[in-house]
Amino acid sequence: MDGRLPKDANAALLSNYEVFQLLTDLKEQRKESGKNKHSSGQQNLNTITYETLKYISKTPCRHQSPEIVREFLTAMKSHKLTKAEKLQLLNHRPVTAVEIQLMVEESEERLTEEQIEALLHTVTSILPPGPEAEQQQSASDDVAMDEEDPA
Amino acid sequence: MFVLVEMVDTVRIPPWQFERKLNDSIAEELNKKLANKSSSTGVPCLRQCPSAFKMGIPALWRGRCESQERLPGELGLGVTWRVHGHTQVVYNVGLCICLFDITKLEDAYVFPGDGASHTKVHFRYVVFHPFLDEILIGKIKGCSPEGVHVSLGFFDDILIPPESLQQPAKFDEAEQVWVWEYETEEGAHDLYMDIGEEVRFRVVDESFVDTSPTGPSSAEATSSSEELPKKAAPYTLMGSISEPGLGLLSWWTSS
Repeated sequence: MDGRLPKDANAALLSNYEVFQLLTDLKEQRKESGKNKHSSGQQNLNTITYETLKYISKTPCRHQSPEIVREFLTAMKSHKLTKAEKLQLLNHRPVTAVEIQLMVEESEERLTEEQIEALLHTVTSILPPGPEAEQQQSASDDVAMDEEDPA
Repeated sequence: MFVLVEMVDTVRIPPWQFERKLNDSIAEELNKKLANKSSSTGVPCLRQCPSAFKMGIPALWRGRCESQERLPGELGLGVTWRVHGHTQVVYNVGLCICLFDITKLEDAYVFPGDGASHTKVHFRYVVFHPFLDEILIGKIKGCSPEGVHVSLGFFDDILIPPESLQQPAKFDEAEQVWVWEYETEEGAHDLYMDIGEEVRFRVVDESFVDTSPTGPSSAEATSSSEELPKKAAPYTLMGSISEPGLGLLSWWTSS
């Protein structure tokens, strides 16, 4: 046996939701066990888990659940996307065609406009909006846009 | 942006921890060694060559290592970690976040002269390692002539070089900020890349640098836990925002 990369590198991909669950559970566990949390050796773990959880809590994975993820992956089957592409859609919950084009390689060749619309519909109807999107929604009502939007 | 990496290591548990559950001690030791530490590119060939866990020998990690060797002065066969600093190059995978699970525990051994137990552990670790071309969202940390510096909070070393910005771009020396000179019919519209702004970018490259101490001739301090200004980060990402939809989120949203 030789040292080698896992055969299917994609098999090792984790969604933001999985990491969010893991870190949330870890936080609970460590709260309960209490005593070792502040020892110097655990400082790095504390820092990295706190900062990572803070980051992903602001993304769409925040309101996802195993059922939602399962439903999403099932719905994705008909769209013929790679694992990495599906993962990006899951993590980002794109709402515009431009975002889809960024995440799907060679989308101009692989997807028609209707297919992009269908994909957007699947994504936005199954996946709940993230906390940032909700914030933006309420903020945009009172912020005046003084810059022209690049088309 | 996260991956699960299979690893193998020999964990040393000192005798005063023997009363604890082995799994708990091991989990704690692994997190102590790996959490928040970056590593250079390479391969989890570590399954077959635990000796590659030696610090300061990154060359081994890139290829295959068929032999197991004893560290001079060490009694155990396994390789024990020697921690030199916080942003130490561990091995080539990315920024280690936390232990996912322990998949296999081999027999624990106690060696003559050392009362601690040594257990070979097979485990999986959650690692931050975005794939090439992945789209990420971060915050602008600052601008310099080198480009735009972006942070994710838990990971800080992301750079978008000037050539990968939306063009045409210019660096405003007075404000120390990069500006996209966006052309419209009315003329150029300056869009500033201010600190704190959220930006969507594509990962286009990564680099791993060995930051382990080079020896007595090295002039670098070894005790600082913060990144020294002249010391390269062990793991850096290069981003690009030169496509439609990339750049500040505010450039592409309609109210």
